[in-house]
Amino acid sequence: MEWSVIFEPDNLALFGSGIITTVWLLFSSLAVGAVLALIFALLLTGPWAMARYLVGAYTFVIRGTPLLIQVYLIYYGLGQLEWIQARWDAVWPWTYFKEPFFCALLAFSLNTAGYTAEMLAGSIRETSAGEIEAAHAYGMSRVQTMWRIVLPSAMRRTLPAYSNEVVMMLHATSLASAVPNMLDITSAASRIYATYYLPFEAYLAAAAIYLCASFCLIGFFRFSEGRLLAYLAPQKS
Amino acid sequence: MTSNTQSYLLVILQGSLLTVGVSLGALAVSILLGLLGAAAKLSGRPVLTALGTFYSTLIRGIPDLVLMLLVFYGGTIGINTLLEKLGSEATIDIEPFAAGVVTIGFIYGAYMTETFRGAILAIPKGQMEAAWAFGMSRSQTFLRITLPQMVRYALPGFTNNWLVLIKATALVSLIGLQEMTYLAKQASSATRSPFMYFLFTGALFLVYTSVSLFALRKLNQRYSLGTKRGQL
Repeated sequence: MEWSVIFEPDNLALFGSGIITTVWLLFSSLAVGAVLALIFALLLTGPWAMARYLVGAYTFVIRGTPLLIQVYLIYYGLGQLEWIQARWDAVWPWTYFKEPFFCALLAFSLNTAGYTAEMLAGSIRETSAGEIEAAHAYGMSRVQTMWRIVLPSAMRRTLPAYSNEVVMMLHATSLASAVPNMLDITSAASRIYATYYLPFEAYLAAAAIYLCASFCLIGFFRFSEGRLLAYLAPQKS
Repeated sequence: MTSNTQSYLLVILQGSLLTVGVSLGALAVSILLGLLGAAAKLSGRPVLTALGTFYSTLIRGIPDLVLMLLVFYGGTIGINTLLEKLGSEATIDIEPFAAGVVTIGFIYGAYMTETFRGAILAIPKGQMEAAWAFGMSRSQTFLRITLPQMVRYALPGFTNNWLVLIKATALVSLIGLQEMTYLAKQASSATRSPFMYFLFTGALFLVYTSVSLFALRKLNQRYSLGTKRGQL
């Protein structure tokens, strides 16, 4: 074991920039994914049968195929389409499809949106009937009931499942290393492995970083659950 | 569709059998480790409990890909250094297939541990006490009483784990196993039409996940026979 290699300034810097990419990728895809998931969940529980059907098909495909295939489809696959090829040199938003970071971000966001939408839709459906009846009795409209009563409680109740999804997404960002020219924590480890031929040290260091990050996220969610879901806990007598 | 394309699609279809092989192999490993892990965590002995907790917590905190690279690249060097120290001249290369099965099995064993532990805890305690009162040994109790009942409680979690496991096999392509994702990537760089090949591979995964979902739902129905459900 030659742990000193990991602690050389150059390699520490490599892991440092890897951590920045991973964190940046994680939080931006979670943010985009959360917005999409909210829209999808509302459509899934909404009155339009066509929208329910389409979003249902979307989540089925996203949840039924590996993320790696989705990343490949967006990074390698879309470049094949002539329609995009004609645009990605000059026309704005399409120029982004040449950037690895954007492709990874798009794939991760679409993926987490599919999983989160189903969780949130499940919580919305499980809102107790009495709460909704009470809202109607107060004369609230459908939109008001959704916005004031159902969503705040459904989003809180999704929190335990969502915390799993966030940790899964942290792990999923390691797939960014499958896209060329992306330097996340895993690719930083792979570069160190390739340079020094020290697989144990390089990948164990990466594993330790991911483990710390996972525990931080889990700790944060435990804390938020304690506060936001306090009203669901049994009353102390 | 040219014959060239057709033959590439056929090769990917054949590669999908390897995907099934890796998945089933890893499933067997993970069920075994899951049962051992659950038994250790529920044994009531501090050392075993700590070991089980350590395993299931640690593994679930590290990405699959990093563990796989660690086992594949690190394992090869580790084994060969060990052989060298033992004075052997032989060198062993870990095959991607074995590395995939072992790593994925090892990872999902941690998830299975939690699923099985929850399922065993869900069985009313009286069932096991009754079995002991009948004079059954520990292994008899497990095989006759615990196992048939825990299947029902474990199936929902098991179904989730299995679906994630099938999809995780796509990662084995990154350490060079020539399963369908790997072949799709090769076909796309050879023909410059990646979209179709990745779409085809994705569709095959979708077929596998849908078929498993259907089969496991049937199994769930079978193991829930005679279970009363409250009417809402």
